[in-house]
Amino acid sequence: MHALLDALVIAILALNLYALGVSRIRAVINAVALQGVLLGGLLFLVHATLDVRGALLVIATLVIKGVVIPAFLVHAMREAEIQHEVTPFVSFMSSMLLGAVGTGLAVGFAHTLPLAEPHTNALLVPASFATVWTGFLLLITRKKAIMQVLGYLLLENGIFLFGLLLLEAMPFMVEIGVLLDLFTGVFVMGIIIHHISREFSSISTENLAELKE
Amino acid sequence: MIYLLIAFPLFMAAATFLWPSDRTRPWLLPIGGLGQLAVVLGAMSLTMHGAVLTGLSDWLRLDALGRLILGFVSVLFFLCSLYAPGYLALRADRPNRLFCGNLFLVQGLMSLVMVSHHLGLMWVAMEGTTLASASSLYFNHNARSLEATWKYLLIGSVGIALALLGSFFLAYAALKAGLESTLLFDALVREAPRLSPPWLHAGFVLLFVGYGTKMGLAPMHTWKPDAYGEAPGIVGTLLAGGVTSCAFLAILRMYHICVAAGEADFAREIFVATGLLSMAVGAVFMVRQRDLKRLLAYSSVEHMGILVLGIGLGGAATYGALLHLINNGLTKAVLFLSAGNIHRAYGSKMTSDVRGALKRVPLSGALFLAGFLAITGSPPFAPFVSEFTILSAAIRDGHFVVGGLFLLLLGVVFVGMGATVLGVVQGEPPDPPPGAPVLRDSVATGAPIVLCLALVLLLGLYVPRPLVTLVREAAAFLETAP
Repeated sequence: MHALLDALVIAILALNLYALGVSRIRAVINAVALQGVLLGGLLFLVHATLDVRGALLVIATLVIKGVVIPAFLVHAMREAEIQHEVTPFVSFMSSMLLGAVGTGLAVGFAHTLPLAEPHTNALLVPASFATVWTGFLLLITRKKAIMQVLGYLLLENGIFLFGLLLLEAMPFMVEIGVLLDLFTGVFVMGIIIHHISREFSSISTENLAELKE
Repeated sequence: MIYLLIAFPLFMAAATFLWPSDRTRPWLLPIGGLGQLAVVLGAMSLTMHGAVLTGLSDWLRLDALGRLILGFVSVLFFLCSLYAPGYLALRADRPNRLFCGNLFLVQGLMSLVMVSHHLGLMWVAMEGTTLASASSLYFNHNARSLEATWKYLLIGSVGIALALLGSFFLAYAALKAGLESTLLFDALVREAPRLSPPWLHAGFVLLFVGYGTKMGLAPMHTWKPDAYGEAPGIVGTLLAGGVTSCAFLAILRMYHICVAAGEADFAREIFVATGLLSMAVGAVFMVRQRDLKRLLAYSSVEHMGILVLGIGLGGAATYGALLHLINNGLTKAVLFLSAGNIHRAYGSKMTSDVRGALKRVPLSGALFLAGFLAITGSPPFAPFVSEFTILSAAIRDGHFVVGGLFLLLLGVVFVGMGATVLGVVQGEPPDPPPGAPVLRDSVATGAPIVLCLALVLLLGLYVPRPLVTLVREAAAFLETAP
C-alpha cells in the first residue's frame, strides 16, 4: 500500500516537471488532468475506512480535477484559437531546471521540518511543497492566460496534497466547498479569458499592461 | 436565526436573478438591504441580551467580533443599496441582472465569513466573495476593466490559496501536538497553548499573507488600485468597506489563536511593520496621483495599514482599530460614491479632465471634499476620533517611534491627497463636449451619500453608547484567551 502511494506521488512529481518543460498548452492540460486523477487515487488510498462520504469525495475529486476542469480548459483553448506558449519569460529548459532544483530543495527542507511521527518519511510533504513551487513557476513565467490558470491549478493540487495528512480537519462539506470554489474559479477565469481573446484577439497577458502608475 | 443571516441575502440573490425587468430590478436592492439590516439587528440584539446563536454543531457562531463587523457591513450594504437604483438608472444601457444578483450573493457570503467558526468553511466563503464580486468589476465591459478583473481574480485566488495552506499548517500544529487535527476555531483557541509553535508561526505567516492579499496590505496590494480604479463606485465601496473587513476578520481569528497560544508578540511585530509599510506605500502613491479612483484605492491601502497597526499596538489601540474599521468604511462610501458621480459627470476620472467639480456638480463636489477632510483625520469627522485613539495609545504605551511615523505618514497623506482633491473640486469646469448630455446632481444619487456623511459626522461628534459597548466587547473578546 505504502509502495503504491509513493509511486503515485512520484508520478505527480514527474508530471510537474513535464508541465514545466512543454510549450503545447494541450499537453499541460493533460498533465494537470492526469495529476487530478492521481490525486483522487491518493485520496482513496489514505482513507483508512471508506464510507459513503469518503467515496463521494474521491469521485468528486476525480471528476472535477480530472475531467470537468480540463475539459473546460480545452474548450477555452479552442475558443481562443491558441495552442502554444511561444515565448515564456523563462525558457522551458530553464523552468524545468528550476522545477527540479525546487523539488530537491523541498525534499531537503521537509526533512528539517518538525513533522508528526507517522509522516517523518512520507513523500507527501515534500511533494506538496514541490507542486506548490511548480504552480508558482508557471504563474510567474508564462504569458498566456490559460497557462496561468494551469499554474493556479497546480498550486491548488500542491495544497491538496498537504491536506491529505489532515483528513479529520477537513470535513466532507468543507472539502466539497473547496472543490466547488475551485471549479467556479476556473469557470469564471475561463469566461474572462474568453473576453480577453475577443477584446485583444490574443490571450497573452502582455496585453494587460495598461493599468499602472 | 443564525441561518437566516446567510439565507436571507442568498434568497434575495436568487429572487434578483429571476426578476424579469432590468428597469425595476435595482429596487430589489434597497428592499433586500433593509430586510438584511433588520435580520442582522435582530440577531445582534438577541446576542446582546445574552442569547447564544450557533448552528451546524458549532461551526457557526455569532460572537462579539463577528457581530460588530457583520452589523457594520449590513449598514454599509443598506446605504449602498439606496444609491444603487439612481446609479443603475443612469446606466440603463447595461444589463444589470448579474450585477444586482451578485451584490446579494457577496453579501450572503460575507455574512457566512462573519459567523464561521470553522476555518475551512470561512475559507470557502472568503474565496466565494472573490469569485462573486469579480463579475461586478467587469460591469463596464472594456479593456481596462477586463485587465483589472483578471488581476483581481488571479492575485486574489492565489493569495487565498496560500491562506488555505496556512489553515492546513494550523491544523497540523494540532496534529503535531498529539491532538486530533482540527480547523474548528473554538477547539484551536482552547488548545492553543499546546499547539506546535513552528507550525503555528508558519501557519500565521501564510494566513496573514493570504488574507492580507485580499485585504490589500502592502506589499500584496498590487491588484487594488486596478480593481478599485475600474469598478463602479458602489462596488468599490463594498470591496473597500465590506470584503476587506471580512479579510481583516479572518486575520483577527488567526491573531486570536496566537493570543491564546501566548504568541501575541510574534503576531504584533508583523502587524506593526506591515501596517507602517502599507501606510507608507499608500502615502507615496497618493502624491501626484492623477486618477481619482486609484487615489481612493491607495487611501484604502493606507487605512488597512492603520487597522493592522492598531491591532499590533494592542491595548486601547485595539479599540481604536475596530472603531476605525467602521469610520473608514463609512467615509470610503462617501468618497467612492461621490467620485462615481463626478466620474459620470465628466466622463473621466483623470485630474487632467476633471476640474471645478464644485461648480459642475456642487453637491457631489462638496461631498467629495468633505469626504477627503474626513478620511485624512480632520476633526470633527469620525476617522479623527479613531486615529487619535490609536495615536494616543501608542504614545501612552511608549511606542514613540511608531507614533511619530504614524503622524508623519498621516501628514504626507493629507498633503498628497489634498493636492489632487483640491485640483478636482476647485477651478473652472471645462466645457462639456457638445451634444453629450450633462449629468447634474440628483436626489437619487446624492441623498444616500449625504446620509453616509451625516453618519461620519455624527460618529465624530458622539459615539453612541450601544456602539461603544459593541466595540469594547469585541476588543475584549479578541484580547482574552478563554
